[in-house]
Amino acid sequence: MANWIPLWVHKLSSPPNFYRFAGVVRPWALALALLLGAIALYGGLVLAPADYQQGDAYRIIFIHVPCAWMGLFIYGLMAVAAFISLVWRIKLAEVVAMESAPIGAAFTFITLVTGSLWGKPMWGTWWTWDARLTSELVLLFLYLGVIGLYHSFEDRRQGARAAAFLAIIGIINVPIVHFSVNWWNTLHQGSTVRILGPSKISGDMLWPLLTMMVATKFYYIASLFGRVRADLLAMESGKDWVRQIAQQEGQS
Amino acid sequence: MTPFSWEHFLAMGGYAAYVWPAFAVFFLVLAADYVSPNLRRRRNLRELRTRMARQTARQQRNPSSP
Repeated sequence: MANWIPLWVHKLSSPPNFYRFAGVVRPWALALALLLGAIALYGGLVLAPADYQQGDAYRIIFIHVPCAWMGLFIYGLMAVAAFISLVWRIKLAEVVAMESAPIGAAFTFITLVTGSLWGKPMWGTWWTWDARLTSELVLLFLYLGVIGLYHSFEDRRQGARAAAFLAIIGIINVPIVHFSVNWWNTLHQGSTVRILGPSKISGDMLWPLLTMMVATKFYYIASLFGRVRADLLAMESGKDWVRQIAQQEGQS
Repeated sequence: MTPFSWEHFLAMGGYAAYVWPAFAVFFLVLAADYVSPNLRRRRNLRELRTRMARQTARQQRNPSSP
């Protein structure tokens, strides 16, 4: 095993290095997210045909489903980062875990609102207490719990430890959200996109969906890195490198 | 396939009242999420600069104190 990989990771995880690295990556990630998002929206809203059952209302899928995937993906990533921060006390993992929570909450909130806007014309109701919808709401509350716990301690790092525990325990809800449509009778439709086996969706509709999924991943990187940068500056505000940045930005 | 028309596109087959608010929520929430750390970062740096200015002023008044 080459020695430079752990060395590189070790160097990158020091706050000033990661601050610079994130500053370089962030605009590119956002540009890719916007470009892919625009392509996906053009494919989904203009090129894809209307659904034979749902007409044009189904087009909400192009944001609803990628956001739902992101809500679960970010939760998993947050829990892993929380675990790393508790076991190895890596400051950067702690920051990544805590700053992932608001982004995941935003995606879960969008999922719930767009699902509600989709449910009204198709099911005749904004909301129903079925397994998929309820477990998704629990996911939002778990995110809000992590954010709230993090901010409710005087000492920031103590808050992060408590919130990390909640994040790890709450991972139990992720498979529940995912499999809820198989385990219970729900109003919500089952999965149409499958990794194993053929998807139950036409190619005209599938590619914009997958493109949007990639776009939201890049958005997550851009948003997370901006948040991590802000956090690193606040955490290390007594250090020389932060003072230098403060002075440089004060002059310009 | 029928040629593209804006009216047809915006009408969304009669579901405009559901489709467009969904996309509006998507963009507004993500835009707010993206901007908020920028504002926080700028505010923190401004506070740090005031703190640094106070420190240098104090040092100039009595150079013996830290």
